[in-house]
Amino acid sequence: MASKLRTSSRSQKWRGVVGFTFTGVATLISLGALFSILAYLIIHGIGAIDWNFLTKEPAAVGEAGGGIAPSLLGTAILVTISMIFGVPLGVGVGIYLSEIAGETHFSRVARVSINTFIGVPSIIVGVFVYFILVKPTKTFSAVAGGLALGIIMIPIMARTTEDVLRLVPNSIREAGLALGAPRWHVMLHIVLPAARAGVITGGILAVARVAGETAPLILTALGNEYYPTSLFKPIDEITLRILKYARGPYDVWHQQAYGAALILVFGIAIGSLLLRLTTRTQSAAR
Amino acid sequence: MSLIMSASPKLPQASVPDMGPNLTSIDGRDPGKPAFSVSNLNFYYGTHQALDEISLMIEDRIVTALIGPSGCGKSTFLRTLNRMYEVVPNTRATGSILLRSEDLFSIDLTQLRRRVGMAFQTANPFPKSIFDNVTYGPKIQGDFSRAELSDLVEESLRRAALWDEVKDKLHKSALGLSGGQQQRLCIARALALKPEVLLLDEPCSALDPISTAKIEELIVGLKDTCAIVIVTHNMQQAARVADFTGFFLMGKLIEFDRSTVIFEKPKRKETEDYITGRFG
Repeated sequence: MASKLRTSSRSQKWRGVVGFTFTGVATLISLGALFSILAYLIIHGIGAIDWNFLTKEPAAVGEAGGGIAPSLLGTAILVTISMIFGVPLGVGVGIYLSEIAGETHFSRVARVSINTFIGVPSIIVGVFVYFILVKPTKTFSAVAGGLALGIIMIPIMARTTEDVLRLVPNSIREAGLALGAPRWHVMLHIVLPAARAGVITGGILAVARVAGETAPLILTALGNEYYPTSLFKPIDEITLRILKYARGPYDVWHQQAYGAALILVFGIAIGSLLLRLTTRTQSAAR
Repeated sequence: MSLIMSASPKLPQASVPDMGPNLTSIDGRDPGKPAFSVSNLNFYYGTHQALDEISLMIEDRIVTALIGPSGCGKSTFLRTLNRMYEVVPNTRATGSILLRSEDLFSIDLTQLRRRVGMAFQTANPFPKSIFDNVTYGPKIQGDFSRAELSDLVEESLRRAALWDEVKDKLHKSALGLSGGQQQRLCIARALALKPEVLLLDEPCSALDPISTAKIEELIVGLKDTCAIVIVTHNMQQAARVADFTGFFLMGKLIEFDRSTVIFEKPKRKETEDYITGRFG
């Protein structure tokens, strides 16, 4: 009996060693890959970044100099339009699913649909907007690009909103109702503020996600060499710029593609960091 | 009276309690009227019957305790008194409950919950400041100036025996308070609406003995302004604070009488078995 016990404990120990080794090595390899990407971007891209790069329009084809200012401005505009479409609808769906729908057939179908849509490749959204907006209006446009990004945002926002609202304890809802508050009042003045930090986090994550989208924009926003003049004309975006420069034949373009990618990565990183800091002070204040 | 009596032949003593000294009328309420007159109340979760032909009277400005083993229906009964059960889908109540002399089931819900306040088993303050917690109800139920709200906050917190501990941090988060303080805040929040009845659903079950003692003291102090109905698992607590006690078992009200009778010489064997710890 004793020997049996010893054998099994030895094999468990062995399994433990294998488990720790595998997961540890997997972590190292993954982090290594991520940091190589970052290092690669920094090495190749840092040289491209200067004041002109951030503030100038692209130079003539193949010439040195010029910048990606229209792409940065375009990105900001597209993200703003996407939030106008995506945030109210997404938050609305999340509130509906968490607070109002309950467990009905409809809400179950809605929940499964939302989860499925999070995984749908973004190019499909691009194709959809291309056929319903770009083709009928016969022009690529900022609105079409923003709409595509907004549609991508809806399920992400809906899912995170529903999740954080469900984290709000039911006892707080009961407390509000027991004071005679109508359900909508409890939802708006107690539940939503309690979940505010989570909803904001979800919003920023959704923005970070769509800010890095390329595929749907090729079919909707198209890209542009100049500053945007109208929301109903093609507009540039940073990933479109990266795509164009990376595929181009000129060394200058390649370097600028790395530079633009570096800016995108750091922009999103700084955004997430600021978000962490602000939500932390918020929850500390509460 | 006679209707209630005939409806609950098992409980003749419950319907004619000796109210002792005359109560003075305040707030224009009729002091002669019981807070609740319940007759033949049945309650169902879906097809499961949780309350079976409950009839009793809950007198004004008296503490009434409801005791019984888990699942006996005492909390369910409490939640019919302010219709909190309506948040649970597929529930149904039949029979009649009068609040004073009004049909409780046809009172506007916002009004009903102003008149019948409630505190829950676990303290559930809103993640807002102490001040905003207390003013939440009044802001919904009426138009008060900032000064009136301030007065109301002080008055409510004093009545909940919390004022001295929090008067310097009214605008700090309620979540920073201890468990016992949070529970008293929840009581203050209910008191801010000047309710006629305060329902307490095991308010001390998550509290230490000192916090429990404070809440019990507070309960006794509140009964000159409102009727109090408290559900408790703690029989000593019922004996300490309650004038009347009802014993529930499997959805039925087995016995309802003065606490002294229930705890010293109960008439029903089930009650005696329960309070002497022979089961439950």
